[in-house]
Amino acid sequence: MEPVSGDRWRGVAERSWRPAALLAACVVIWHLVTVTGLVEAYLVPSPGKTFDLLVDKWSYLWGHTWVTTYETILGFVIAGVLGVLVAVAMVYSRTVESTAYPILLFAQVIPKIAIAPLFVVWLGFGFEPKVIVAVLMAFFPVVISTVTGLKSVDAEMLELAATMGGGPVKTFVKIRFPAALPHLFAGLKVAVTLAVTGAVVGEFVGSNEGLGYVILQANGNMDTPMLFAGLIVISVVGILLFLLLDLAEQLMLPWHSSRRGAAVTTLLAKGGS
Amino acid sequence: MSTTLGTTSAVAIDDVSVRFRSKRAETTAIGQVSLDVAPGEFVSIVGPSGCGKSTLLKLVSGLLRPSTGSVTLLGEQVCGPRHDIGFVFQRAALLEWRSARRNILLQAEMRGMSSAEAGRRADELIEMTGLTGFENALPHELSGGMQQRVALCRALLHRPRVLLMDEPFGALDALTREQMNVELHRVWRETGTTVLLVTHSIAESVYLANRVIVLTQRPALVKEVIDVDLPAERDYAETMARSGFAAATARIRDLLGAVTGHD
Repeated sequence: MEPVSGDRWRGVAERSWRPAALLAACVVIWHLVTVTGLVEAYLVPSPGKTFDLLVDKWSYLWGHTWVTTYETILGFVIAGVLGVLVAVAMVYSRTVESTAYPILLFAQVIPKIAIAPLFVVWLGFGFEPKVIVAVLMAFFPVVISTVTGLKSVDAEMLELAATMGGGPVKTFVKIRFPAALPHLFAGLKVAVTLAVTGAVVGEFVGSNEGLGYVILQANGNMDTPMLFAGLIVISVVGILLFLLLDLAEQLMLPWHSSRRGAAVTTLLAKGGS
Repeated sequence: MSTTLGTTSAVAIDDVSVRFRSKRAETTAIGQVSLDVAPGEFVSIVGPSGCGKSTLLKLVSGLLRPSTGSVTLLGEQVCGPRHDIGFVFQRAALLEWRSARRNILLQAEMRGMSSAEAGRRADELIEMTGLTGFENALPHELSGGMQQRVALCRALLHRPRVLLMDEPFGALDALTREQMNVELHRVWRETGTTVLLVTHSIAESVYLANRVIVLTQRPALVKEVIDVDLPAERDYAETMARSGFAAATARIRDLLGAVTGHD
Protein backbone atom coordinates (compact mmCIF):
# COMPACT_ATOMS: atom_id res chain seq x y z
CA MET A 1 0.00 0.00 0.00
CA GLU A 2 2.88 2.33 0.78
CA PRO A 3 4.11 4.07 -2.35
CA VAL A 4 7.83 3.77 -3.11
CA SER A 5 9.78 6.79 -1.95
CA GLY A 6 10.21 8.41 -5.38
CA ASP A 7 6.48 8.37 -5.92
CA ARG A 8 5.94 9.64 -2.44
CA TRP A 9 8.03 12.74 -2.99
CA ARG A 10 6.41 13.35 -6.34
CA GLY A 11 3.07 13.11 -4.53
CA VAL A 12 4.22 15.69 -1.99
CA ALA A 13 5.28 17.98 -4.83
CA GLU A 14 1.98 17.54 -6.62
CA ARG A 15 -0.02 18.44 -3.56
CA SER A 16 2.13 21.28 -2.36
CA TRP A 17 2.71 23.38 -5.48
CA ARG A 18 -0.67 25.11 -5.37
CA PRO A 19 -0.43 26.38 -1.77
CA ALA A 20 3.23 27.26 -2.40
CA ALA A 21 2.25 29.25 -5.49
CA LEU A 22 -0.46 31.09 -3.58
CA LEU A 23 1.97 31.93 -0.82
CA ALA A 24 4.51 33.20 -3.38
CA ALA A 25 1.81 35.32 -5.03
CA CYS A 26 1.00 36.91 -1.67
CA VAL A 27 4.66 37.78 -1.10
CA VAL A 28 4.88 39.25 -4.62
CA ILE A 29 1.80 41.43 -4.03
CA TRP A 30 3.23 42.48 -0.67
CA HIS A 31 6.49 43.38 -2.42
CA LEU A 32 4.72 45.34 -5.18
CA VAL A 33 2.65 47.26 -2.65
CA THR A 34 5.83 48.41 -0.91
CA VAL A 35 8.07 49.19 -3.93
CA THR A 36 5.40 51.18 -5.77
CA GLY A 37 5.02 53.37 -2.70
CA LEU A 38 1.33 52.60 -2.54
CA VAL A 39 1.76 52.34 1.21
CA GLU A 40 4.38 54.21 3.22
CA ALA A 41 7.40 52.09 4.15
CA TYR A 42 7.01 52.84 7.85
CA LEU A 43 3.49 51.37 7.75
CA VAL A 44 4.27 48.24 5.74
CA PRO A 45 7.90 47.14 5.45
CA SER A 46 8.96 45.30 2.31
CA PRO A 47 9.32 41.50 2.40
CA GLY A 48 13.04 41.92 1.79
CA LYS A 49 13.47 44.25 4.74
CA THR A 50 11.42 41.95 6.98
CA PHE A 51 13.48 38.97 5.89
CA ASP A 52 16.75 40.83 6.53
CA LEU A 53 15.57 41.65 10.01
CA LEU A 54 14.61 38.03 10.64
CA VAL A 55 18.20 37.08 9.79
CA ASP A 56 19.88 39.97 11.67
CA LYS A 57 17.86 39.64 14.87
CA TRP A 58 17.76 35.88 14.69
CA SER A 59 19.17 35.21 18.14
CA TYR A 60 16.94 37.85 19.78
CA LEU A 61 13.83 36.36 18.13
CA TRP A 62 14.94 32.80 18.81
CA GLY A 63 15.02 33.34 22.56
CA HIS A 64 11.54 34.87 22.62
CA THR A 65 10.22 32.17 20.30
CA TRP A 66 11.35 29.53 22.80
CA VAL A 67 9.50 31.28 25.60
CA THR A 68 6.24 31.41 23.65
CA THR A 69 6.63 27.85 22.37
CA TYR A 70 7.27 26.58 25.88
CA GLU A 71 4.18 28.33 27.24
CA THR A 72 2.11 27.06 24.33
CA ILE A 73 3.20 23.43 24.66
CA LEU A 74 2.80 23.41 28.44
CA GLY A 75 -0.67 24.95 28.14
CA PHE A 76 -1.62 22.56 25.37
CA VAL A 77 -0.48 19.46 27.27
CA ILE A 78 -2.28 20.51 30.44
CA ALA A 79 -5.44 21.30 28.46
CA GLY A 80 -5.16 17.97 26.63
CA VAL A 81 -4.81 15.85 29.77
CA LEU A 82 -7.44 17.78 31.73
CA GLY A 83 -9.78 17.87 28.75
CA VAL A 84 -9.67 14.12 28.23
CA LEU A 85 -10.15 13.42 31.95
CA VAL A 86 -13.13 15.77 32.18
CA ALA A 87 -14.62 14.30 28.99
CA VAL A 88 -14.31 10.75 30.35
CA ALA A 89 -15.96 11.78 33.61
CA MET A 90 -18.75 13.47 31.67
CA VAL A 91 -19.39 10.47 29.43
CA TYR A 92 -19.47 7.98 32.30
CA SER A 93 -21.58 10.08 34.67
CA ARG A 94 -24.66 11.97 33.66
CA THR A 95 -24.48 13.90 36.92
CA VAL A 96 -20.96 15.13 36.15
CA GLU A 97 -22.05 16.03 32.62
CA SER A 98 -25.06 18.10 33.68
CA THR A 99 -23.08 19.73 36.48
CA ALA A 100 -19.95 20.56 34.51
CA TYR A 101 -21.44 21.57 31.17
CA PRO A 102 -22.77 25.03 32.12
CA ILE A 103 -19.51 25.94 33.86
CA LEU A 104 -17.50 24.70 30.88
CA LEU A 105 -19.60 26.79 28.54
CA PHE A 106 -19.20 29.81 30.80
CA ALA A 107 -15.43 29.32 30.85
CA GLN A 108 -15.46 29.12 27.07
CA VAL A 109 -17.58 32.19 26.30
CA ILE A 110 -15.82 34.51 28.73
CA PRO A 111 -13.30 36.59 26.71
CA LYS A 112 -9.83 35.36 27.68
CA ILE A 113 -8.26 38.73 26.90
CA ALA A 114 -10.56 40.24 29.52
CA ILE A 115 -9.58 37.87 32.33
CA ALA A 116 -5.90 37.63 31.44
CA PRO A 117 -5.01 40.77 33.46
CA LEU A 118 -6.50 39.10 36.50
CA PHE A 119 -4.03 36.24 36.22
CA VAL A 120 -1.18 38.73 36.00
CA VAL A 121 -2.44 40.38 39.21
CA TRP A 122 -2.64 37.00 40.90
CA LEU A 123 0.46 35.31 39.55
CA GLY A 124 2.78 38.07 38.41
CA PHE A 125 4.81 38.46 35.24
CA GLY A 126 6.17 34.90 35.00
CA PHE A 127 5.09 32.21 32.58
CA GLU A 128 2.19 30.96 34.76
CA PRO A 129 -0.51 33.43 33.63
CA LYS A 130 0.35 32.79 29.96
CA VAL A 131 0.09 29.04 30.45
CA ILE A 132 -3.25 29.46 32.19
CA VAL A 133 -4.66 31.54 29.33
CA ALA A 134 -3.35 28.95 26.84
CA VAL A 135 -5.01 26.17 28.88
CA LEU A 136 -8.30 28.06 28.96
CA MET A 137 -8.22 28.58 25.21
CA ALA A 138 -7.30 24.99 24.33
CA PHE A 139 -9.39 23.13 26.92
CA PHE A 140 -12.85 23.43 25.40
CA PRO A 141 -12.27 21.86 21.96
CA VAL A 142 -10.51 18.90 23.60
CA VAL A 143 -13.46 18.23 25.92
CA ILE A 144 -16.09 18.59 23.22
CA SER A 145 -14.28 16.40 20.70
CA THR A 146 -13.46 13.70 23.25
CA VAL A 147 -17.04 13.58 24.53
CA THR A 148 -18.28 13.29 20.95
CA GLY A 149 -15.72 10.58 20.22
CA LEU A 150 -16.48 8.52 23.31
CA LYS A 151 -20.20 8.74 22.60
CA SER A 152 -19.80 7.75 18.94
CA VAL A 153 -18.96 4.16 19.80
CA ASP A 154 -21.21 1.58 18.18
CA ALA A 155 -23.91 0.49 20.64
CA GLU A 156 -23.72 -3.08 19.33
CA MET A 157 -19.99 -3.10 19.94
CA LEU A 158 -20.63 -2.23 23.60
CA GLU A 159 -23.26 -4.97 23.86
CA LEU A 160 -20.79 -7.38 22.38
CA ALA A 161 -18.21 -6.27 24.94
CA ALA A 162 -20.76 -6.98 27.69
CA THR A 163 -21.10 -10.58 26.48
CA MET A 164 -17.31 -10.90 26.43
CA GLY A 165 -17.16 -10.05 30.11
CA GLY A 166 -14.15 -7.76 30.05
CA GLY A 167 -15.59 -5.22 32.45
CA PRO A 168 -15.70 -1.44 32.07
CA VAL A 169 -11.93 -0.83 32.23
CA LYS A 170 -11.03 -3.25 29.44
CA THR A 171 -13.98 -2.03 27.39
CA PHE A 172 -12.69 1.52 27.73
CA VAL A 173 -9.06 0.70 26.98
CA LYS A 174 -9.62 -1.69 24.10
CA ILE A 175 -12.78 -0.34 22.47
CA ARG A 176 -14.06 3.04 23.62
CA PHE A 177 -10.91 5.10 23.85
CA PRO A 178 -9.29 3.95 20.58
CA ALA A 179 -12.62 4.53 18.81
CA ALA A 180 -12.64 8.11 20.14
CA LEU A 181 -9.10 8.90 18.96
CA PRO A 182 -9.99 10.35 15.53
CA HIS A 183 -12.34 12.83 17.21
CA LEU A 184 -9.78 13.53 19.93
CA PHE A 185 -7.11 14.36 17.37
CA ALA A 186 -9.44 16.72 15.52
CA GLY A 187 -9.97 18.53 18.83
CA LEU A 188 -6.25 18.55 19.66
CA LYS A 189 -5.41 20.16 16.32
CA VAL A 190 -7.84 22.98 16.95
CA ALA A 191 -6.59 23.21 20.53
CA VAL A 192 -2.91 23.60 19.66
CA THR A 193 -3.56 26.60 17.41
CA LEU A 194 -5.67 28.17 20.14
CA ALA A 195 -2.94 27.52 22.70
CA VAL A 196 -0.55 29.66 20.62
CA THR A 197 -3.10 32.47 20.65
CA GLY A 198 -3.57 32.02 24.39
CA ALA A 199 0.15 32.27 25.11
CA VAL A 200 0.50 35.44 23.00
CA VAL A 201 -2.58 37.01 24.59
CA GLY A 202 -1.08 36.25 27.99
CA GLU A 203 2.14 37.97 26.94
CA PHE A 204 0.29 41.04 25.66
CA VAL A 205 -1.22 41.59 29.06
CA GLY A 206 1.97 41.65 31.04
CA SER A 207 5.40 40.21 30.33
CA ASN A 208 8.98 41.01 29.49
CA GLU A 209 9.64 38.10 27.16
CA GLY A 210 7.96 36.05 24.43
CA LEU A 211 6.75 36.88 20.94
CA GLY A 212 3.74 38.77 22.28
CA TYR A 213 6.16 41.03 24.15
CA VAL A 214 8.28 41.43 20.97
CA ILE A 215 5.23 42.56 19.02
CA LEU A 216 4.07 44.91 21.75
CA GLN A 217 7.56 46.46 21.97
CA ALA A 218 7.82 46.81 18.18
CA ASN A 219 4.41 48.41 18.12
CA GLY A 220 5.47 50.95 20.74
CA ASN A 221 8.64 51.79 18.79
CA MET A 222 6.81 51.97 15.43
CA ASP A 223 9.24 49.22 14.41
CA THR A 224 6.98 47.64 11.77
CA PRO A 225 9.64 45.28 10.32
CA MET A 226 10.05 43.72 13.77
CA LEU A 227 6.28 43.61 14.18
CA PHE A 228 5.92 41.75 10.89
CA ALA A 229 8.80 39.44 11.78
CA GLY A 230 7.10 38.60 15.09
CA LEU A 231 3.83 37.82 13.34
CA ILE A 232 5.57 35.55 10.87
CA VAL A 233 7.40 33.64 13.61
CA ILE A 234 4.18 33.16 15.62
CA SER A 235 2.44 31.79 12.53
CA VAL A 236 5.32 29.43 11.83
CA VAL A 237 5.24 28.14 15.42
CA GLY A 238 1.49 27.50 15.16
CA ILE A 239 1.80 25.76 11.81
CA LEU A 240 4.69 23.57 12.95
CA LEU A 241 2.84 22.45 16.07
CA PHE A 242 -0.23 21.68 13.98
CA LEU A 243 1.80 19.64 11.49
CA LEU A 244 3.47 17.77 14.35
CA LEU A 245 0.06 16.70 15.63
CA ASP A 246 -1.04 15.77 12.14
CA LEU A 247 2.02 13.58 11.80
CA ALA A 248 1.37 12.00 15.19
CA GLU A 249 -2.18 11.26 14.08
CA GLN A 250 -0.97 9.55 10.93
CA LEU A 251 1.52 7.45 12.85
CA MET A 252 -0.92 6.51 15.60
CA LEU A 253 -4.06 6.07 13.51
CA PRO A 254 -2.95 4.80 10.10
CA TRP A 255 -6.28 2.99 9.79
CA HIS A 256 -8.06 6.30 10.08
CA SER A 257 -5.89 8.65 8.01
CA SER A 258 -5.67 6.19 5.13
CA ARG A 259 -9.44 6.29 4.85
CA ARG A 260 -9.79 10.00 5.40
CA GLY A 261 -8.08 10.71 2.09
CA ALA A 262 -5.80 13.54 1.12
CA ALA A 263 -8.42 16.29 1.04
CA VAL A 264 -7.92 17.41 4.64
CA THR A 265 -4.87 19.19 5.94
CA THR A 266 -1.31 18.58 5.15
CA LEU A 267 1.39 18.29 2.60
CA LEU A 268 2.76 15.31 4.49
CA ALA A 269 -0.43 13.31 4.11
CA LYS A 270 0.05 10.06 2.28
CA GLY A 271 -3.16 10.56 0.35
CA GLY A 272 -5.44 7.62 -0.35
CA SER A 273 -6.25 8.76 -3.87
CA MET B 1 -42.52 -26.80 27.94
CA SER B 2 -42.17 -27.47 31.61
CA THR B 3 -39.48 -26.01 33.80
CA THR B 4 -38.08 -29.45 34.60
CA LEU B 5 -37.04 -29.68 30.95
CA GLY B 6 -34.96 -26.54 31.49
CA THR B 7 -32.17 -28.40 33.20
CA THR B 8 -31.51 -30.58 30.18
CA SER B 9 -31.99 -27.91 27.49
CA ALA B 10 -29.29 -25.56 26.26
CA VAL B 11 -31.79 -22.72 26.23
CA ALA B 12 -35.13 -22.68 28.01
CA ILE B 13 -37.46 -19.72 27.60
CA ASP B 14 -40.34 -19.97 30.05
CA ASP B 15 -43.51 -17.92 29.66
CA VAL B 16 -41.48 -14.86 28.86
CA SER B 17 -43.01 -11.51 27.99
CA VAL B 18 -41.35 -8.15 27.34
CA ARG B 19 -43.00 -4.78 27.66
CA PHE B 20 -41.31 -1.52 26.80
CA ARG B 21 -42.50 1.62 28.50
CA SER B 22 -42.07 4.91 26.70
CA LYS B 23 -43.34 8.33 27.81
CA ARG B 24 -46.62 7.91 25.98
CA ALA B 25 -47.49 4.27 26.01
CA GLU B 26 -46.54 0.79 27.00
CA THR B 27 -45.90 -1.59 24.14
CA THR B 28 -45.66 -5.33 24.38
CA ALA B 29 -42.80 -6.61 22.25
CA ILE B 30 -43.10 -10.24 23.22
CA GLY B 31 -46.41 -11.72 24.32
CA GLN B 32 -46.00 -14.98 26.09
CA VAL B 33 -43.28 -17.13 24.62
CA SER B 34 -41.96 -20.50 25.72
CA LEU B 35 -39.24 -22.32 23.88
CA ASP B 36 -36.77 -25.10 24.53
CA VAL B 37 -33.61 -25.69 22.56
CA ALA B 38 -31.74 -28.97 23.00
CA PRO B 39 -27.95 -29.01 23.27
CA GLY B 40 -26.36 -29.07 19.82
CA GLU B 41 -29.61 -28.14 18.14
CA PHE B 42 -29.85 -25.51 15.38
CA VAL B 43 -33.03 -23.47 15.71
CA SER B 44 -34.07 -20.73 13.31
CA ILE B 45 -36.49 -18.01 14.29
CA VAL B 46 -38.52 -16.29 11.59
CA GLY B 47 -41.31 -13.78 11.83
CA PRO B 48 -42.60 -10.52 10.39
CA SER B 49 -40.30 -7.48 10.57
CA GLY B 50 -40.19 -5.84 13.96
CA CYS B 51 -41.97 -8.69 15.70
CA GLY B 52 -39.38 -9.00 18.43
CA LYS B 53 -37.08 -11.72 17.09
CA SER B 54 -33.95 -9.78 18.05
CA THR B 55 -35.44 -9.03 21.45
CA LEU B 56 -35.66 -12.77 22.02
CA LEU B 57 -31.90 -13.16 21.43
CA LYS B 58 -31.14 -10.27 23.76
CA LEU B 59 -33.17 -12.04 26.44
CA VAL B 60 -31.18 -15.22 26.02
CA SER B 61 -27.85 -13.33 26.19
CA GLY B 62 -28.98 -11.39 29.25
CA LEU B 63 -28.54 -8.02 27.55
CA LEU B 64 -32.25 -7.52 28.26
CA ARG B 65 -34.38 -8.68 31.19
CA PRO B 66 -37.86 -10.11 30.60
CA SER B 67 -40.84 -8.34 32.17
CA THR B 68 -42.27 -11.70 33.23
CA GLY B 69 -41.11 -15.28 33.00
CA SER B 70 -37.59 -16.58 33.04
CA VAL B 71 -34.81 -17.62 30.71
CA THR B 72 -32.45 -20.44 31.52
CA LEU B 73 -29.19 -20.85 29.66
CA LEU B 74 -27.14 -24.01 30.12
CA GLY B 75 -29.02 -24.82 33.29
CA GLU B 76 -28.48 -21.43 34.88
CA GLN B 77 -31.08 -18.67 35.10
CA VAL B 78 -30.15 -15.58 33.07
CA CYS B 79 -29.88 -12.52 35.35
CA GLY B 80 -27.41 -10.29 33.47
CA PRO B 81 -25.14 -10.30 30.42
CA ARG B 82 -23.90 -13.86 29.96
CA HIS B 83 -20.32 -14.58 29.03
CA ASP B 84 -20.77 -18.19 28.00
CA ILE B 85 -22.33 -17.36 24.63
CA GLY B 86 -21.17 -16.11 21.25
CA PHE B 87 -23.07 -13.30 19.56
CA VAL B 88 -23.12 -12.29 15.89
CA PHE B 89 -25.03 -9.20 14.78
CA GLN B 90 -26.25 -8.15 11.34
CA ARG B 91 -23.36 -5.69 11.13
CA ALA B 92 -20.00 -7.25 11.74
CA ALA B 93 -19.18 -4.59 14.41
CA LEU B 94 -15.42 -4.93 13.98
CA LEU B 95 -12.84 -2.55 15.43
CA GLU B 96 -11.50 -0.71 12.39
CA TRP B 97 -7.99 -0.32 13.79
CA ARG B 98 -7.49 -4.03 14.32
CA SER B 99 -6.60 -6.61 11.71
CA ALA B 100 -8.97 -9.51 11.09
CA ARG B 101 -6.95 -11.77 13.38
CA ARG B 102 -6.70 -9.21 16.17
CA ASN B 103 -10.44 -8.56 15.92
CA ILE B 104 -10.99 -12.26 16.50
CA LEU B 105 -8.55 -12.20 19.43
CA LEU B 106 -10.46 -9.33 21.08
CA GLN B 107 -12.71 -12.03 22.50
CA ALA B 108 -9.69 -13.64 24.21
CA GLU B 109 -8.26 -10.35 25.48
CA MET B 110 -11.56 -9.31 27.02
CA ARG B 111 -11.86 -12.67 28.74
CA GLY B 112 -8.25 -12.92 29.80
CA MET B 113 -7.78 -16.24 27.95
CA SER B 114 -4.23 -17.49 27.61
CA SER B 115 -2.82 -15.96 24.45
CA ALA B 116 -1.13 -19.12 23.19
CA GLU B 117 -4.33 -21.09 23.34
CA ALA B 118 -6.35 -18.21 21.86
CA GLY B 119 -3.86 -17.86 19.01
CA ARG B 120 -4.11 -21.54 18.16
CA ARG B 121 -7.89 -21.43 18.28
CA ALA B 122 -7.97 -18.28 16.11
CA ASP B 123 -5.80 -19.92 13.45
CA GLU B 124 -8.04 -22.96 13.51
CA LEU B 125 -11.15 -20.80 13.00
CA ILE B 126 -9.47 -18.67 10.33
CA GLU B 127 -8.79 -21.84 8.38
CA MET B 128 -12.26 -23.26 9.00
CA THR B 129 -13.99 -20.12 7.68
CA GLY B 130 -11.67 -19.60 4.72
CA LEU B 131 -10.06 -16.42 6.03
CA THR B 132 -6.54 -17.69 5.44
CA GLY B 133 -4.51 -14.98 3.73
CA PHE B 134 -6.67 -12.20 5.15
CA GLU B 135 -5.49 -12.42 8.78
CA ASN B 136 -3.70 -9.08 8.63
CA ALA B 137 -6.24 -7.16 6.56
CA LEU B 138 -8.06 -4.27 8.20
CA PRO B 139 -11.87 -4.44 8.22
CA HIS B 140 -12.27 -1.78 5.52
CA GLU B 141 -10.12 -3.87 3.22
CA LEU B 142 -12.49 -6.84 3.57
CA SER B 143 -15.75 -7.53 1.75
CA GLY B 144 -19.00 -7.74 3.70
CA GLY B 145 -18.89 -11.54 3.63
CA MET B 146 -15.31 -11.61 4.88
CA GLN B 147 -16.14 -9.17 7.68
CA GLN B 148 -19.00 -11.37 8.78
CA ARG B 149 -16.68 -14.39 8.80
CA VAL B 150 -14.38 -12.48 11.15
CA ALA B 151 -17.37 -11.73 13.39
CA LEU B 152 -18.28 -15.42 13.36
CA CYS B 153 -14.72 -16.45 14.29
CA ARG B 154 -14.73 -13.90 17.12
CA ALA B 155 -18.02 -15.33 18.40
CA LEU B 156 -16.63 -18.89 18.34
CA LEU B 157 -13.16 -18.22 19.75
CA HIS B 158 -13.97 -19.20 23.33
CA ARG B 159 -15.88 -22.33 22.22
CA PRO B 160 -19.26 -21.10 23.45
CA ARG B 161 -21.84 -23.83 23.87
CA VAL B 162 -24.53 -21.47 22.59
CA LEU B 163 -24.20 -19.22 19.55
CA LEU B 164 -26.74 -16.43 19.01
CA MET B 165 -27.02 -14.95 15.53
CA ASP B 166 -29.16 -11.92 14.74
CA GLU B 167 -29.69 -11.75 10.98
CA PRO B 168 -25.97 -12.31 10.43
CA PHE B 169 -26.21 -12.42 6.65
CA GLY B 170 -28.94 -9.82 6.16
CA ALA B 171 -26.59 -7.25 4.66
CA LEU B 172 -24.92 -9.61 2.18
CA ASP B 173 -25.73 -10.16 -1.47
CA ALA B 174 -27.65 -13.34 -2.38
CA LEU B 175 -24.66 -15.31 -3.64
CA THR B 176 -22.41 -14.50 -0.70
CA ARG B 177 -25.29 -15.33 1.58
CA GLU B 178 -25.65 -18.83 0.10
CA GLN B 179 -21.93 -19.35 0.52
CA MET B 180 -22.08 -18.23 4.12
CA ASN B 181 -25.04 -20.56 4.74
CA VAL B 182 -23.00 -23.49 3.49
CA GLU B 183 -20.07 -22.48 5.67
CA LEU B 184 -22.17 -21.89 8.75
CA HIS B 185 -23.72 -25.31 8.28
CA ARG B 186 -20.26 -26.87 8.11
CA VAL B 187 -18.99 -24.89 11.10
CA TRP B 188 -22.03 -25.93 13.13
CA ARG B 189 -21.47 -29.59 12.24
CA GLU B 190 -17.82 -29.33 13.19
CA THR B 191 -18.27 -27.47 16.48
CA GLY B 192 -21.49 -29.04 17.73
CA THR B 193 -22.57 -25.68 19.14
CA THR B 194 -26.19 -24.91 19.89
CA VAL B 195 -27.31 -22.17 17.51
CA LEU B 196 -30.22 -19.75 17.69
CA LEU B 197 -30.51 -17.93 14.37
CA VAL B 198 -32.83 -15.02 13.70
CA THR B 199 -33.37 -14.53 9.97
CA HIS B 200 -35.62 -13.02 7.33
CA SER B 201 -34.78 -15.63 4.75
CA ILE B 202 -37.12 -18.61 4.72
CA ALA B 203 -34.70 -20.71 2.63
CA GLU B 204 -31.85 -19.93 5.03
CA SER B 205 -33.95 -20.79 8.06
CA VAL B 206 -34.88 -24.21 6.67
CA TYR B 207 -31.53 -25.12 5.12
CA LEU B 208 -29.64 -24.58 8.37
CA ALA B 209 -32.03 -25.67 11.08
CA ASN B 210 -33.39 -28.71 12.86
CA ARG B 211 -36.43 -26.67 13.78
CA VAL B 212 -37.88 -23.37 12.63
CA ILE B 213 -39.89 -21.25 15.07
CA VAL B 214 -42.42 -19.03 13.32
CA LEU B 215 -43.44 -16.01 15.34
CA THR B 216 -46.56 -13.87 14.99
CA GLN B 217 -46.63 -10.14 14.52
CA ARG B 218 -45.97 -7.95 17.55
CA PRO B 219 -46.54 -8.83 20.30
CA ALA B 220 -44.65 -11.96 19.35
CA LEU B 221 -46.12 -15.35 20.10
CA VAL B 222 -44.99 -18.72 18.80
CA LYS B 223 -47.22 -19.32 15.80
CA GLU B 224 -45.88 -22.74 14.96
CA VAL B 225 -42.78 -24.87 15.35
CA ILE B 226 -41.73 -26.68 12.18
CA ASP B 227 -39.55 -29.75 12.34
CA VAL B 228 -37.28 -29.76 9.32
CA ASP B 229 -37.27 -33.16 7.68
CA LEU B 230 -33.84 -33.15 6.07
CA PRO B 231 -30.71 -35.28 6.52
CA ALA B 232 -27.98 -33.99 8.81
CA GLU B 233 -25.46 -33.72 5.99
CA ARG B 234 -26.79 -31.03 3.62
CA ASP B 235 -25.41 -30.22 0.24
CA TYR B 236 -26.87 -26.86 -0.78
CA ALA B 237 -28.23 -27.58 -4.28
CA GLU B 238 -29.33 -31.08 -3.31
CA THR B 239 -31.15 -29.81 -0.23
CA MET B 240 -33.02 -27.19 -2.23
CA ALA B 241 -34.34 -29.94 -4.47
CA ARG B 242 -35.64 -32.14 -1.66
CA SER B 243 -39.35 -32.47 -0.98
CA GLY B 244 -38.74 -31.93 2.76
CA PHE B 245 -37.21 -28.52 1.98
CA ALA B 246 -40.05 -27.52 -0.31
CA ALA B 247 -42.66 -28.61 2.22
CA ALA B 248 -41.06 -26.69 5.07
CA THR B 249 -40.53 -23.47 3.12
CA ALA B 250 -44.07 -23.61 1.72
CA ARG B 251 -45.48 -24.09 5.21
CA ILE B 252 -43.48 -21.16 6.62
CA ARG B 253 -44.43 -18.94 3.70
CA ASP B 254 -48.06 -19.81 4.35
CA LEU B 255 -47.76 -19.02 8.04
CA LEU B 256 -45.97 -15.73 7.49
CA GLY B 257 -48.46 -14.75 4.80
CA ALA B 258 -51.26 -15.50 7.22
CA VAL B 259 -49.82 -13.42 10.05
CA THR B 260 -48.95 -10.43 7.89
CA GLY B 261 -52.13 -10.68 5.83
CA HIS B 262 -50.37 -10.49 2.47
CA ASP B 263 -51.67 -13.76 1.13
